[in-house]
Amino acid sequence: MAQILVVAEHDNQTLAKATLHAVTAAQALGDVTLLVAGSGAGSVAEAAAAVGGVAKVVHVDDALYENAVAEDLAALVVAMADGYEGFVAGSSSFGKNVMPRIAALLDIAQISDIVEVLDAKRFKRFIYAGNALATVETRDPKVVLTVRTTAFPAAPAEGGSASVETIQALAPTDLAKFVGRDVSESERPDLTSARVVVSGGRGMGSGENFAILEALADQLGAAVGASRAAVDAGFVPNEYQVGQTGKIVAPELYIAVGISGAIQHLAGMKDSKVIVAINKDEEAPIFQVADYGLVGDLFQLVPELTEAVKRP
Amino acid sequence: MKLLVPIKRVVDYNVRVRVKADGSGVDTSNVKMSMNPFDEIAVEEAIRLKEKGTASEIVAVSIGEAKAQETLRTAMAMGADRSIHVATSAATDTELQPLEVAKLLKAVVERENPDLVLMGKQAIDDDSNQTAQMLAALLGWPQGTFASKIEPSEGGLNVTREVDAGLETVALKLPAIVSVDLRLNEPRYASLPNIMKAKKKPIDQLTPEELGVDTAPRLTYVKVEEPPKREAGIRVDDVPTLVEKLKSEAGVM
Repeated sequence: MAQILVVAEHDNQTLAKATLHAVTAAQALGDVTLLVAGSGAGSVAEAAAAVGGVAKVVHVDDALYENAVAEDLAALVVAMADGYEGFVAGSSSFGKNVMPRIAALLDIAQISDIVEVLDAKRFKRFIYAGNALATVETRDPKVVLTVRTTAFPAAPAEGGSASVETIQALAPTDLAKFVGRDVSESERPDLTSARVVVSGGRGMGSGENFAILEALADQLGAAVGASRAAVDAGFVPNEYQVGQTGKIVAPELYIAVGISGAIQHLAGMKDSKVIVAINKDEEAPIFQVADYGLVGDLFQLVPELTEAVKRP
Repeated sequence: MKLLVPIKRVVDYNVRVRVKADGSGVDTSNVKMSMNPFDEIAVEEAIRLKEKGTASEIVAVSIGEAKAQETLRTAMAMGADRSIHVATSAATDTELQPLEVAKLLKAVVERENPDLVLMGKQAIDDDSNQTAQMLAALLGWPQGTFASKIEPSEGGLNVTREVDAGLETVALKLPAIVSVDLRLNEPRYASLPNIMKAKKKPIDQLTPEELGVDTAPRLTYVKVEEPPKREAGIRVDDVPTLVEKLKSEAGVM
């Protein structure tokens, strides 16, 4: 069996959901080892050992890895690379940041954001904002992959009983230092794993108007997203962005409000199970992918919808 | 501070691309080509750093067929001082891949000795999001990816990064590689006088052979196909009908 190293994403307390999806993709390639590099992240290592299908956990506990600084994390993975044929992480901002650095240091061509594992050398991924689906075959002896989390089910968080091996930290590379983080606190579910997503586009008109989407989202237990146009216009922060250059989501229900449906946005949400579009322009391309389209004034329809779904 | 800005010529953002019938790739003949949008943001940021007096010289570099020079002229019309064109006939969306591009750029960096390389986080053709990180790795330099703010500091740079949960700031030593994200700035349009001036700015020509880089692709695009199509659904007349359909028909409420 090939040995596959999945680089775990976490905040020193909780294992990220993206990692569970990456584990599923990695299992198609071989035995999975999860690397948990963190600071005071013992609970993450325990959680990693309990993930179904994980054969082994390698745990490094050192202040150097507290914030997953790419320079030091990549150096660590490269130092332990000999025993592994594959290196995998979720295609989150964490995976996108660190995996190409690992790939280049190992002189391996990374395959980004895979949606299917065909065999040990062949993978499927989208190019051109989801307008083409490519089958890519590597000639390298090893693979470095990032995994589109919506394309692989999450590995079960419970049921595994992997052994945990502790290893030593490396000397600091001293190239980059973590300074700080500004995380938006929200009671709402995470955009990439929410069951329902309510997204707004340029048609929202302003950031203040997103309040009506938030009211709907609260009733539905939904996350709030946005199109690139809405982020570009400064209505909402970038972490709301759904699309080619933002987040990829595939909830059970996606409600697109005031979003025209540019291909770059569709690339991020067209695998949703059910899509609802609300737009005043009946020619908007979003209606070509929507299961249910409602033409009209969103400022009237959204509050009406919020009332209609109000929990008793 | 000397800046190097790698830019890529790609199918324009607004073009709806077509997959070739033989499954060999995407049809890029006779379609509008433009500078990759994230690279425009990198060029703009470089110009702003020069306008502030932080940067002294901006060198744009592009790898690709002869027409990549048009894209370099655009960068120079915006404000880059001079350019380097690395000529290759490989298809830059599938045959010339991030690892080889990073190796070519490393060789250019070693000739030019910039203090900072500013580049787009992702090209909108192959959507790989790798080259900046790979270049940083090959040079042993720090990386500030997905930047929404770049602030020079004592002996280095503070880079604010767009991450999934919000924003994160890292302090990088120079020299460094920074990949830029959407909100960093809004690129300017080149003025007509600047477009005329750009025609006189120099473009140095190089080849992968001169740079000593093997650009043979490691990845083969075995097949490129149309993605599964999503069928359009129905129009509903009002909110009560929508809610009813979501409950009974779709079962998602």
